[in-house]
Amino acid sequence: MFPRPIAQRSAVAQWSYSAMLPIALILWLLPLLGIALTSIKPSSDLASGNYFGLPSYLAFENYWSVLFEYDLWKYIRNSFVVTIPTVVGAVALSCLTGFALGIYRFKGNLLIFFMFVAGNFVPFQILMVPVRDLTLDLGIYDTPQALILFHIAFQTGFCTLFMRNFIAALPRELIEAARVEGVADWQIFWYIVLPLMKPAIAALSVLIFTFVWNDFFWATVLTTSADTRPVTAGLSSLNGQWVAAWHLVSAGSIVAALPPVAMFFLMQKHFIAGLTLGAVK
Amino acid sequence: MTALPDAHGPKRSWWKSNQQRVTPWLFLAPGLFMFAVYVIWPIAASFRFSFYDWDGLSPMEWVGWGNYVELWSDRNFIISLKNNIVWLVLYMLAVPAGLGLAIFLNQTVTGIRLYKSLFFFPFVISQVVVGLMFAWFYAPNFGLFFQLTEWLTGTGTAVLANPEYATYGIIVAGLWPQIAYCMILYLTGLNNVAPDQIEAARLDGAKGLKMLWYVVLPQLRPATFIAVVVTVIGALRSFDLVSIMTNGGPFGQTRVLSFYMYERALSEYGFRMGYGAAIAVVLFLIMMVFITGFVWKMVRDERGH
Repeated sequence: MFPRPIAQRSAVAQWSYSAMLPIALILWLLPLLGIALTSIKPSSDLASGNYFGLPSYLAFENYWSVLFEYDLWKYIRNSFVVTIPTVVGAVALSCLTGFALGIYRFKGNLLIFFMFVAGNFVPFQILMVPVRDLTLDLGIYDTPQALILFHIAFQTGFCTLFMRNFIAALPRELIEAARVEGVADWQIFWYIVLPLMKPAIAALSVLIFTFVWNDFFWATVLTTSADTRPVTAGLSSLNGQWVAAWHLVSAGSIVAALPPVAMFFLMQKHFIAGLTLGAVK
Repeated sequence: MTALPDAHGPKRSWWKSNQQRVTPWLFLAPGLFMFAVYVIWPIAASFRFSFYDWDGLSPMEWVGWGNYVELWSDRNFIISLKNNIVWLVLYMLAVPAGLGLAIFLNQTVTGIRLYKSLFFFPFVISQVVVGLMFAWFYAPNFGLFFQLTEWLTGTGTAVLANPEYATYGIIVAGLWPQIAYCMILYLTGLNNVAPDQIEAARLDGAKGLKMLWYVVLPQLRPATFIAVVVTVIGALRSFDLVSIMTNGGPFGQTRVLSFYMYERALSEYGFRMGYGAAIAVVLFLIMMVFITGFVWKMVRDERGH
């Protein structure tokens, strides 16, 4: 193990390590802690210069006000409306592409695979004008479908990379044996490979959920109205209204961050397995 | 009725003889179609648009290399390009910083799992929220950073209002989640370092930095590769933070190509789609240099298997 386990070091080293851990964490999360503290302060505290002390009372009304007076709940709902179908769509499509690229040997296999991989890295701006144009032509500009279709297509690149590598690592004998038995290809996919892909599907789902929930660029490009805008874009426009009303900005930020954070803590193992794919040989 | 089996006969045999060839394409079709429509075709279309003058509504007007020629005398384009280079260089700090943090946390004391997740936390949060958090951190008068500089130097610095420092302030905000990402890659990598090699090196008297450089880092190569890839791409994609924290200001000094393209093509500043497309093409070509390198290495690894 590297570095040498702290348990093998002197008592002083062990003691100072366990003292350093919480200090480092607090410093690391300082911006987050500051925002969290500000979000439960009444505006009178901020007006009277109480920025760092304890709140004079726990002002949960900030959250109420942000959610219902400024309609942040609507943006949250919009985000779910976009994110959930995207996760389902991108995972479904990439199960199919991953199966094709991971199982069959055919001409163009690697070429297509690396096209998906490379497409995943391109800057969004090179897609912006044509995708916006296409969305207008399809008549879905400023609707959830505009974002859902784009996100499904774009995330399929990353998901295919993931699924293909996962499927290629499955024992080939399993599939060969089924072929010899005369099992049809779609049955191999549905009854043999798909059940084995459950961990990959779980990992991808949490990752795509987070990526799409946190998207800001496409939300601003493809939607404009409060009835369709996801929470990232909504928070940005509310921030313009709130000019430095930090108790509201903070409460809004916390609310917008909550769903992916909850997702992360609930599905941590899958999340990290997905993110670190390829980090080890 | 009797003709039916005959009609099916040749069809079925075609399917039988070509099944192995056609099946993968059937599985690929939906994903490939979506990807072609929303990713591949738009890249080509953007290249085409970049040779036109177009406001998105009226007919397009061919201007040849006009947009590109204009770029070279556009001061704001040069500022954006310069800022992109600053982003790229400073963002790379996330890789060693992530490694350092991973080494710090790669222990087995009680509660370390929770510590690791909490350190990783910033990556899960949307960049919009990260931007707002740092805007609060840098805020004039009461912001923590402002107070810190006031305490140290006597006069507080409002980073985001200062044309010289604002870009660095935004990059620090971007480094926060990026370091967390690199950290988690390295933690996974460290978890898989061969313990016998470490022990052998330790018996030979290797320790500290020497051990890290000669024994551990070579084994962490896959993690380093991914960390570099995601950091380069992240640096060049930076848009959210600039948009949220400064909106390109003060005096346009924090613009980067991705943001300037958006401003030109879509915000009240512009609706010059052709010009915007030309900026996007430049950014795309810069990124292609890196993407080609990454993909080339991945193809080589793939063939090596």
